[in-house]
Amino acid sequence: MKNPNRRGVLSGLGVIGCSIAANPLMTPMTLASVPSDNRLVVIVLRGAMDGLDVIRPVGDPLLKTLRPKLAAMVLGEGHAIDPFYRLNPALSDLVPLWKQGELAFAQAVSTPYRDKRSHFDGQDLLEAGTGMDVPLGLAREGWLNRLLQSVPHATSRTAFAVGREEMRLLSGRAPYSSWSPDGRLDLSPQARLLLDQMYHDDPLFRDASLEAMEIAESLGVASEDSFAQGRQEMRAQVKNQIKAGQASLLADFAAKRLREDARIAAFSISGWDTHQRQERGIRRALGQLSRAILTLKKELGPDWEKTAVLAVTEFGRTARENGTLGTDHGTASTLIAAGGAIRGGKVYGDWPGLDEVSLYDRRDLMPTRDIRAYLGWAMHSLFGVGSTVLESSIFPSLELGSNPKIIS
Amino acid sequence: MTFDPTIAAIRFGEGLSPELGKPQSVGAMLQLLNEDDVVTRSFPIPTFSSIRPEMYEVARHQRAYRKGRDGANADQLQRELKRARRLFNGRLMQSFPATLSRSIVSPDGFRERLVRFWADHFTVVGKTSLTRLAVPSYIEEAIRPQLTGHFEDLLISAVTHPMMLAYLDQVNSVGPNSKVGQRGDRGLNENLARELLELHTLGVDAVYSQVDVRELAELLTGLSFRLNKGPVFRQDFAEPGVEVILGEEFGADLREREPIHEALRFLARREETANHIARKLAVHFTSDEPDAALVSDLASVFRETRGHLPSIYQALLEHPASWRSYGSKVKPPFDYVVSSLRALSLRSATLHQLKRKKLQALFLSPLASMGQPWSQSPGPDGWPESGAAWITPQGLAARLQWAMSAPSAIFRGLPDPRVFLETTLGPQVTTALSFAAKAAESRREGVGLILASNAFQRR
Repeated sequence: MKNPNRRGVLSGLGVIGCSIAANPLMTPMTLASVPSDNRLVVIVLRGAMDGLDVIRPVGDPLLKTLRPKLAAMVLGEGHAIDPFYRLNPALSDLVPLWKQGELAFAQAVSTPYRDKRSHFDGQDLLEAGTGMDVPLGLAREGWLNRLLQSVPHATSRTAFAVGREEMRLLSGRAPYSSWSPDGRLDLSPQARLLLDQMYHDDPLFRDASLEAMEIAESLGVASEDSFAQGRQEMRAQVKNQIKAGQASLLADFAAKRLREDARIAAFSISGWDTHQRQERGIRRALGQLSRAILTLKKELGPDWEKTAVLAVTEFGRTARENGTLGTDHGTASTLIAAGGAIRGGKVYGDWPGLDEVSLYDRRDLMPTRDIRAYLGWAMHSLFGVGSTVLESSIFPSLELGSNPKIIS
Repeated sequence: MTFDPTIAAIRFGEGLSPELGKPQSVGAMLQLLNEDDVVTRSFPIPTFSSIRPEMYEVARHQRAYRKGRDGANADQLQRELKRARRLFNGRLMQSFPATLSRSIVSPDGFRERLVRFWADHFTVVGKTSLTRLAVPSYIEEAIRPQLTGHFEDLLISAVTHPMMLAYLDQVNSVGPNSKVGQRGDRGLNENLARELLELHTLGVDAVYSQVDVRELAELLTGLSFRLNKGPVFRQDFAEPGVEVILGEEFGADLREREPIHEALRFLARREETANHIARKLAVHFTSDEPDAALVSDLASVFRETRGHLPSIYQALLEHPASWRSYGSKVKPPFDYVVSSLRALSLRSATLHQLKRKKLQALFLSPLASMGQPWSQSPGPDGWPESGAAWITPQGLAARLQWAMSAPSAIFRGLPDPRVFLETTLGPQVTTALSFAAKAAESRREGVGLILASNAFQRR
């Protein structure tokens, strides 16, 4: 979707392929050429996931010191993915993926966001993909949108934001699609015409309604009867609406689009803010993530081979447990990568250690690499994006460094 | 430009109604705020304190069932638990039609808007089955009675309320050197302290550090809640000694609530807080990019009056910038739905007869599809302000679906679209819209199109 209020302000960044920001009306049915056959799914884990509880560094003796109660509850539980780490049991269903080399982790990663530990600013920066040098309020384009701008032949159906939540990492001047699995649109031709006229001079409403009509039609969830949704259907719709909040349904919808023309999809999973009784909260959230990944694998079928799923969070949590069997806001966390395109069965990244001087601010896991380096190199491998574009446009001011080669 | 009755009703109220008058002046709007809050009597919502005994009752059944789950009485215990839950949830669910009714019939729409503004500023979400439906009861108790006092009293009322303490994990936060803390198995939780600085008072752009968060978290220890007793101050949780927040010292060896209230008043009186609140009000009521003079004028009134809320509202309503840029805000889904129902004059009696399933199909599910599930804010920062966050293809589609299908599902007869247009938008009608009202193929489609118009969705 072309979004006037989010129009790019990073104008000095040398945007490539501006011409693709054509009228979204032109694109959907005419697209034949797609940028690549590879697929990228980005899942934003909102609420700050505790990376130390996803792959637990049981090989570090200090874990028990810093987390006496949390560690005591779980030590020895979960699949030992290597001599150092054990997988949180809530991800046990993903062990086969690990064994087949379709699941990987990058430990101790973070965005450049530091110190204030605000979820909302942290998520804004994660989605903007910028450094702290860009004032937070100004970074209005998301990095996935800047990727779209640099991919030749991208159309408004190349990328899908799935769910009801705004996905800032996709917003920006390149057109993209945005829809929720429970969406429908029933409008008579006359009503459409009249709406078009009413919305004509109001870009926000005009663009959103044109998009909605197109998407609903292309998905077969549109009719020409304004009152198709009578009393009975309103009741039936309740079920769709309730289910549409589940991560597996978002994944199912995303997979269907990726089997068609889409190559990029993004959605959110929340529930990671585990200040209290973390084991219970993270089990629920990891369960959602696990089901989402397995749904993607199942529904993508043969395309799973060409797919990379990258799950990212705004920051990690304190290395120490807090006083309420949880953890507070921290700094470095973990990137979770899955898919046939992933070089899996491996934990990437340098382990910073848990002794006090090795912690960030003496409290959080120390970031040893910018998460954007992993994302950038993944886009390089999947879509052939050059390092200059990555460092100057998609992730401005990032130093990519060496390729960790998480894509096979 | 200054005061205009139609803009006042739409931008600062719940919208136009064919049966209710428009505000006639800023003075009249402020006067209404001073008067008795009549809709609370016509459409009562139980306060949190008043439902606490029932909550305790349900919790007692939960415990009994958990204990006896494997015993001979399991079936009976389960039946009793289900019954208690059903009664309790049924009663709390009534807060939804009551909230709608207040907005639909109140002559004082500005008050309802302020209630929602502050409820959003001090967002809570019920995280357990017991508190899931209790958010309106929190608002009724902690927010609504504090609308016309000073910000610091509202702050104390909201932040120390059991629902807030539960939502942001304060109830079990224990000072490391407190009596309980010294046993070594429980300790501090920073959640409320951080959001208090970041969201409720100073704002994230202010200068404060992790140390301030930590010290405030220690100061807040002791604030707690028990289902059988209500709010309690737990001496045995309270961190002894002095805490330094933004260079100021609070607390003493024997802790009570007073030093906490002192710190909250101190934070409420900071310049950063005045700026933060001024900006939020201006963004909410006028524009996502509000007039700089409006923000600074509101902030100075805030500072000069120590956050006297009616003075700030007055400054907002009297400011020329508040009457410019009309239409730059988009109504969030709840406001969109209630202003539609107000325009259609939905009778409270009809609304209150609706069974839960119908409320779900007609309102609750559509609100969720539009992106704003009732009483379930996405996080402690509340709902988004920008129109772009709401008017996504899927969000707008959900509005269009509702605009077309809900009116004829609720009402037997619908008004003539041409008349409806007049009563709904008054002088704000555009040519395209009045053409649409005439050209629609049926009455219900005409009404649907008016509700679907950008003119009606903006304010």
